[in-house]
Amino acid sequence: MSLPGYNFAYLDEQTKRMIRRALLKAVAIPGYQVPFASREMPLAYGWGTGGMQVTAAVIGPDDVLKVIDQGADDTTNAVSIRRFFALTAGVRTTERTVEATIIQTRHRIPETPLTAGQILVYQVPQPEPLRKLEPRETETRRMHALAEYGLMHVKLYEDIARHGRITLSYDYPVLVNGRHVMAPSPIPSFDNPKMHRSPALQLFGAGREKRIYAVPPYTSVESLAFEDHPFHPWKANAPCGLCGATDSYLDEVVVDDRGGRLFVCSDTDHCTTRRAAGHRGAAAGHALAGAGE
Amino acid sequence: MTALAPGFVDPPLAAQAVFRRLLDAMARPGMVVSLEAPPAPPPLALAAGAIALTLCDADTAVWLDPALRTAEVVAWLRFHTGCRIVGAAEDAAFAFAADTVALPFDRLPIGSDEFPDRSATAVVQVARLGAGAPLCLAGPGIETTTRLHVQGLPAGFVAWRARNHVAYPRGVDVVLVAGTQIAGLPRSTAVTEG
Amino acid sequence: MYVAVKGGERAIAASHAVLAEARRGDPSVPVLGVDQIEQQLGHAVDRVMAEGALYDRTLAALAIKQAQGDLQEAAFLLRAYRTTLPRFCASLPIDTARMTIARRISATYKDLPGGQILGPTYDYTHRLLDPGLLDDAPVPPAPRAAEPADPAMPRVAALLDQEGLIRPESGDRDAEPPDLTRDPLTFPAARALRLQNLARGDEGFVLAMGYSTQRGYGGAHPFAGEVRYGTVAVEIAPEELGFAIEIGDIAVTECQMVNQFAGSRTEKPQFTRGYGLAFGHSERKAMGMALVDRALMSRELGQDVTAPAQDEEFVLSHSDNVEASGFVQHLKLPHYVDFQSELELIRRLRAEAEERVAEPNREAAE
Repeated sequence: MSLPGYNFAYLDEQTKRMIRRALLKAVAIPGYQVPFASREMPLAYGWGTGGMQVTAAVIGPDDVLKVIDQGADDTTNAVSIRRFFALTAGVRTTERTVEATIIQTRHRIPETPLTAGQILVYQVPQPEPLRKLEPRETETRRMHALAEYGLMHVKLYEDIARHGRITLSYDYPVLVNGRHVMAPSPIPSFDNPKMHRSPALQLFGAGREKRIYAVPPYTSVESLAFEDHPFHPWKANAPCGLCGATDSYLDEVVVDDRGGRLFVCSDTDHCTTRRAAGHRGAAAGHALAGAGE
Repeated sequence: MTALAPGFVDPPLAAQAVFRRLLDAMARPGMVVSLEAPPAPPPLALAAGAIALTLCDADTAVWLDPALRTAEVVAWLRFHTGCRIVGAAEDAAFAFAADTVALPFDRLPIGSDEFPDRSATAVVQVARLGAGAPLCLAGPGIETTTRLHVQGLPAGFVAWRARNHVAYPRGVDVVLVAGTQIAGLPRSTAVTEG
Repeated sequence: MYVAVKGGERAIAASHAVLAEARRGDPSVPVLGVDQIEQQLGHAVDRVMAEGALYDRTLAALAIKQAQGDLQEAAFLLRAYRTTLPRFCASLPIDTARMTIARRISATYKDLPGGQILGPTYDYTHRLLDPGLLDDAPVPPAPRAAEPADPAMPRVAALLDQEGLIRPESGDRDAEPPDLTRDPLTFPAARALRLQNLARGDEGFVLAMGYSTQRGYGGAHPFAGEVRYGTVAVEIAPEELGFAIEIGDIAVTECQMVNQFAGSRTEKPQFTRGYGLAFGHSERKAMGMALVDRALMSRELGQDVTAPAQDEEFVLSHSDNVEASGFVQHLKLPHYVDFQSELELIRRLRAEAEERVAEPNREAAE
């Protein structure tokens, strides 16, 4: 069931209790970053240790786990993390969003809307949305305490003054429950609206920076913007070459050295499911579609 | 001394199961959830005991109200969790209460503006969940509003919750407990009567 | 393909196999024993124990072997192992005044009780490559002192203490020290927490930070009051026993740096101290740490915080090489989703900028 010599889901019980206490506080204060005594994991910091610690503290033998990186189940780091939990917790894994009870993700939210009872665990490199504007933790902590987010608004306003628009395209800051400005992790801003009032529970783990935070179901998550410059998510203006989807986030694949580009769904499960249902894009049958076609 | 009641049979799996239900309860305030709880020494409710086994250890300060501060409960908690039992409610990370009259709600730590997480979690035993007077709940985790029926809520609870809610993001988080059932009332939940 | 769309699992397994081959090197060369590393690469073992925050020579040697001599990787292996270990109890503070001395020098006194003991050091070796080490040349026995070292070997800071010339150690001695591995670092950090952080910190980083204080970034005027290296007993006092028992010895290097201090608005002129302690024999680390420790006391001494080494958030947030190495190297992970967003944005911004340039011209032409 689990790895000989190691506890269920790798972490010792005392560590799990510490993380679980932090998770409950995080859920009680949506968007607030709870400091926790992050442990060294058998994976390097920056490679998903925060998400892994959250998953390890939450997962049970009846769970079905999906792990994605860049929206794909087959990227090397996703494979590595999925294998880690298959080995240490003996859980069933899946590539299907609808089958998963826990989804650990780096940089994407699945296209298939999440449902009540599902838990989305984000890997977070930098949990502090204000860090690029103010490197000092003592300062940013005070800003959150006072809900003093002027610095962020000034940055966004300067963007508009200079470029005519907000020039953030990923890790686009959000206001959670009308109180805490939060980093959604480096998901494309395209995914931000999916966080708003999602029926799923969203948990965030930053291992190196030692912070845990959460967005409970049905919680307001607004992307920061101005009335005259509303939030605008970006995606490539093309349909998916493989499945023809027009509403999914796309990866741009360079297919030759003459400027040839192919746009394909970043969410591999979404694309595969659509193709299985008979949807075809202009480049259907391309090698990228995999051995199945 | 009589033999101590046992704790979890398989601690990693039992604690995980309890935690997941508790996480569910806190993420969906007002939803009544059942726990698989081992025996606990009365008057500690079964679910309260399971929560202690799941979350408390040598790193947590536990405060018990006078009704729960019996030799059996203290010995059971110490043996199974190794937690520190503190005498002052002001020092509590977890406060367990069974007395419905004199809860020291306003003495529990609510955290600071900088660290609102450094606050107590109160596990409050009531007579019944899912029956009794209705509370109206709104806030994160609740789609619109929801009703939670509670029998035997401590006196002054709703008024205290209102004060607690005003202090947000500081505040105490509450788990209501009856037998093996629990319902979460995190500080983010607005609670009114009716 | 770098991010295999299919076959990630196979690629990882193959990569592990190639790595194992590379680690072994030429199979005609005898395999390196962990005992050889432990015995003959002692400084590497010491460094890995210090940065891995675990005193176990054999495991440190194993980590060095497994990491092909990459000491940061080895420290990481040790940390990841350490984090899974149950904690039985905390030891009592070690008493370095009762150290079994292998080496002890003071730069502030010509002679002092206990004397100067040179011991094993590279300090006065001429850095000439020794071809004799290419072969297995026998090592002649080292001369031994006729008398054992004086067991009473007071620490230099204690001598200055008697005269009241050095600022007493700050902090509450009886208070339970915070534990960096159990509670996340928060600021302002107590000195005990700062020292824990520095003790685990990267030797190169701590050295460079200490060095910067000597070069004027922080205005330090240090004297090596004392550097001592040897073994000390580790004791625990189990509650059920009610008294302390020895559980073994560890080798440590301690540095007490004495600093000139002209006084500030809040403090009168006096000497101040900086403290460094490292597992094993690691004078560079202990001395660098002592310099940084003193620099980080600036706030408490009422000095202006102007230099990087005086800035506790800067120093303590960047000293850990397991964190630093992980985050720098995580840039190797795919980031194409975010890059795609940036591509779209940059294309859009450029198109809009071009429109803005074109429009006034058009207006002018109309």
